[in-house]
Amino acid sequence: MKELLERYPATTEYMLDMLHDLQDAEPKNYLKPEALQAVADYLSVPTSDVVSTATFYTMYSLKPRGKHVIRLCESPPCQLVGAESLLDILGEHLNVQVGETSEDGVFTLETASCLGVCGVAPAMMIDAELYGNLTKERIVEVIEDVRRRDATS
Amino acid sequence: MRLARGHVLIGINDEALLAGARGVEAALRIALDENGLADEIEVIQTGDLGAAGQGVVLSVYPDGVVYARVGLSDIAEIVSEHLLKGRPVERLRLQGATAPSGATRKKPRIVLENCGVIDPSSLEQAIGVGAYSAMAKIVEASISPSGVIDIVKASGLRGRGGAGFPTGLKWSFTAAGDEKYIICNADEGEPGTFKDRLILEGDPHRLIEGMMIAGYAVGASKGYIYVRGEYALSIERLQGAIDAARDVGLLGGHVLESGFAFDVEVKKGAGAYVCGEETSLIESMEGKRGYPRLKPPYPGAVGLWSKPTVVNNVETLANVPPIILHGSDWFRTFGTEKCPGTKVFTILGHVEKPGLVEAEMGTTLQTIIDEYGGGVKDGKAFKGALIGGAAGAFVCPDCLDKPMDFDGLQELSAVLGSGAILVFNEDASIVEMLDGILAFFKHESCGQCVPCRAGTRALKAIMGRIRDGEGEARDLDMLVEIATAMQAASLCPLGQSVILPITTALKHFKPEFEALIN
Repeated sequence: MKELLERYPATTEYMLDMLHDLQDAEPKNYLKPEALQAVADYLSVPTSDVVSTATFYTMYSLKPRGKHVIRLCESPPCQLVGAESLLDILGEHLNVQVGETSEDGVFTLETASCLGVCGVAPAMMIDAELYGNLTKERIVEVIEDVRRRDATS
Repeated sequence: MRLARGHVLIGINDEALLAGARGVEAALRIALDENGLADEIEVIQTGDLGAAGQGVVLSVYPDGVVYARVGLSDIAEIVSEHLLKGRPVERLRLQGATAPSGATRKKPRIVLENCGVIDPSSLEQAIGVGAYSAMAKIVEASISPSGVIDIVKASGLRGRGGAGFPTGLKWSFTAAGDEKYIICNADEGEPGTFKDRLILEGDPHRLIEGMMIAGYAVGASKGYIYVRGEYALSIERLQGAIDAARDVGLLGGHVLESGFAFDVEVKKGAGAYVCGEETSLIESMEGKRGYPRLKPPYPGAVGLWSKPTVVNNVETLANVPPIILHGSDWFRTFGTEKCPGTKVFTILGHVEKPGLVEAEMGTTLQTIIDEYGGGVKDGKAFKGALIGGAAGAFVCPDCLDKPMDFDGLQELSAVLGSGAILVFNEDASIVEMLDGILAFFKHESCGQCVPCRAGTRALKAIMGRIRDGEGEARDLDMLVEIATAMQAASLCPLGQSVILPITTALKHFKPEFEALIN
């Protein structure tokens, strides 16, 4: 953790970058209490300052998440072309509610506000990767593709 | 140096990548090699080619032919027929499209002139089409900072982010101080909007030059570009462009060997719609929760680290270099008297050709839908549109002849900034759309001020029961009452603007709501 933090000057201007990096480095895609403490120590600010920032932004999680985080866009352009039913299908396929992680610990299902790829609505992100033009069939395929990719790597 | 007789541009952006652009590019290179064309035809990666929803798009020069939805199986035919024998493959051509350089006087391109024409990761190509020549003109002709502000004022350029405040005026209001900042607001989160992303991905040097000129004008030597955390490719392209410009001394202690120092840094957001509001964005850059500040004081007086700060939208800054280069009179030949220039729109929903559009200010909604968007999809009837994203306004068929500029839209209670146009056909449910919008606001309210925090929850609850057929007669009035209170009492535009979609939906489509209540 120290190594990641020391790439930045010790000012709060870089707090968001530090939180991104620490979260990305954690296999369960979240900010551990130790990570938040480390940022506070490095920046010499109260821990509550760091927690306050980390809990504000949707891309950070203070709870452990799956290996992959699914963020399905639910903004009007995606909604218009059926994103709502896709959420049901994902929930059913993974047997989770929004915000929960699948039992095998692989996928966490989240929703997101506009992802800015409305030209291929409905769309979702899995980690940093975008998937568009989703249909009921394709969305399940995408999930299974990710599983297969994991199995072979 | 190697000269090619033809170029194939392949649009690389998020959409193209997920349609398999990398594979198509590899196949193209192999096919060119096999046909002995590798030395004659050059393949260049570029930004968005202005055809969203069209999969992998190729544009062939000098012919100006655009191919859409290109798959691996099409490559052999394109190479052997078109590139070898000179016969374009008609079945793949994007109808009605010309390559971006084919912009006509009728459909001029200012902001997007290089998007899809150059390789955005190449500084040399950007310079080849004029990048940094506006800054060079300032240095060479010794135009003073106040001279730059005067040119921008005279051009009539208005902010492309939201309210349309005159840019030159904003710059001139920047308070005196030793240290000042330029912030480019690239936290593009308005649903249905992705114009800024495509400028960032397609022509990053244009933005850097715009910031440089803004910095020179107001006396700032540090610029920040605050980009949404979700825009991974934009961040990568910007960082590459900044590094390249710094390497050759375009950024740094002596811009173009002058006495002016300027540098730019990219800041990555972390997912908060409210950070598109300029004071929230500043709070976020300081490492805090993105809570909006009370205004005044405005950032021009008290901004980042309490220093005078100019916050401009991506599209606004991208307009600055051509204005300096060609002059304010040239800029005023486009658009209308009160809103000169062009506007970049994203046209989405039930249209034949969804995507990115650059049209002159004052173009009517009808023209944008028909001529740029290809008309309503599947020949269905136009029911209405949502203009300006979630914080936007619903319009009905009567509004089709309204000019799309700041003033024309004000009459429709809409704001132009985001440029999002979501088109609905006769089958769309406005009730569902409004319910979705109110869910969005409930989620994105930052929670700092009570009217917005409590109001967005109440609105979603009422709208939910109307949608489910359990609404009461007074519910529609309640929606308006709550939103009116929020407009008056909320701290920032998020809470203040929820009233726009509510009142416009009820103005044009009230029977649809009443049918669910009675």
